[in-house]
Amino acid sequence: MSADSNALLKTPLFSLHEELDGKMVPFAGYAMPVQYPLGVMGEHNHTRESAGLFDVSHMGQVMITGKGADEWLESLVPGNILDLKPNRIRYTMFTDKNGGILDDLMITKRENDIFMVVNAACKEQDIAHMRAHLPDHLTLTELNDRALIALQGPKAAEVTARFVQGADSQDFMSYMEAEILGAHCFISRCGYTGEDGHEISIPAEKAEEICRALLAEPEVEAIGLGARDSLRLEAGLCLYGHDITTETTPIEGSLEWSIGKRRREEGGFPGAEKILEQLSTGNVERRRVGILPTGRAPAREGTEILDADDNIIGVITSGGFGPTYGGPIAMGYVLSQYSETGTEIFLQVRKKKLEAKVASMPFVPQRYYRKPK
Amino acid sequence: MTVYFSEDHEWINVEGNTGTVGITDYAQNALGDIVFVELPGSGEEFAKGDEVAVVESVKAASEIYSPVSGEITAVNEELEDNASLVNTSPDGDGWFFKINIADESELEELMNASDYKAFIAGLE
Repeated sequence: MSADSNALLKTPLFSLHEELDGKMVPFAGYAMPVQYPLGVMGEHNHTRESAGLFDVSHMGQVMITGKGADEWLESLVPGNILDLKPNRIRYTMFTDKNGGILDDLMITKRENDIFMVVNAACKEQDIAHMRAHLPDHLTLTELNDRALIALQGPKAAEVTARFVQGADSQDFMSYMEAEILGAHCFISRCGYTGEDGHEISIPAEKAEEICRALLAEPEVEAIGLGARDSLRLEAGLCLYGHDITTETTPIEGSLEWSIGKRRREEGGFPGAEKILEQLSTGNVERRRVGILPTGRAPAREGTEILDADDNIIGVITSGGFGPTYGGPIAMGYVLSQYSETGTEIFLQVRKKKLEAKVASMPFVPQRYYRKPK
Repeated sequence: MTVYFSEDHEWINVEGNTGTVGITDYAQNALGDIVFVELPGSGEEFAKGDEVAVVESVKAASEIYSPVSGEITAVNEELEDNASLVNTSPDGDGWFFKINIADESELEELMNASDYKAFIAGLE
């Protein structure tokens, strides 16, 4: 650990990470494990083949209570929250008045309130943003006394079901509450790896005990932030601050699927004028696309995208090597006329101009659980 | 033949006027799973300390600096298809390139095996 590690915040699982020989790095103000002795590649592959346990306690967990919390949230996000059924989860984003993205988040409508999970690096500003708009009859509570873990992979749900009856038949993007080892947990069938699995919110004091019990299951290994990043990139999922920012709208970010029909008709969220105009005209300067380099060299964030005549037509916002895909993968923004799948583009990687193609995402098929009808 | 080590964790195995260069076991372990190596071209000339190659792991790209000045005479083409040789055999099949050493006095600025061992022990 570096000399300034004392200044970093620790999650309730910090000592477990150290015991597991996690390589701790600063991330969003927290000391987080970037990898364990298994290594990024091994951890990535283990998650795709079995089950990986991630500490995501650095993310912000927030509760909004009071009548009409769902209706009020719609004034801040373009997602359809009002029509969300109880115990269902939705992905959406906070937008600003220019249509830029302030953060992306998961909103769960519970029986009597709203539970949300926001990005670690944005949580302070998200909470300030919500408080600035919060009417008197609603209450915002930061759940700082809870850890958050994710168990992801094809065997994740069967492992969770050993502790929570029925967790393996819970529908994708649904929520339930249950006791695990005597602790009251929030169990959401979602994640950010493209795999089936759960995110579980746990009272902080029970987090280590529950993680030890999960890690004792033969299918489970601890997974660090390095593999979390390569897994989400293969799944085509955005990393806030890189693939989506205040400089990109949800339409430019190819997230229009997250804006429901009623919200498209009614608007009423920050930046709606710009976002809905982009949506109805299809007129955007640039778009987020998947990119497949033709050769073996990965193209990292910041790599310039060129046309055949060396004109700069875009930039890579996330790029690396996809262990499951078996080659370099990336996402980034290109001028709209180059955004068609299959378009030939070039990447300026150091001194070389490398061939690449615009590609559809995900790079590895998502394997979310869908409950049989 | 004699093997020398740099503070940037390259090794150079010197036979006559030619040095074979790779990265050490310590370096490959720190970098993690290596997925791509960008090698120089034969005939290219580099000064000591120039960026001569790039190693890409799943996580990040890392520059490799030439431990001596000289001209590249051969590169390890096996690495194009099998970059993981750097992980499995850093001081053998995972070598990077051969260089025609321009100034043998530069070797004196490098470490021998026991000095390098002490150097990495001091880093832990």
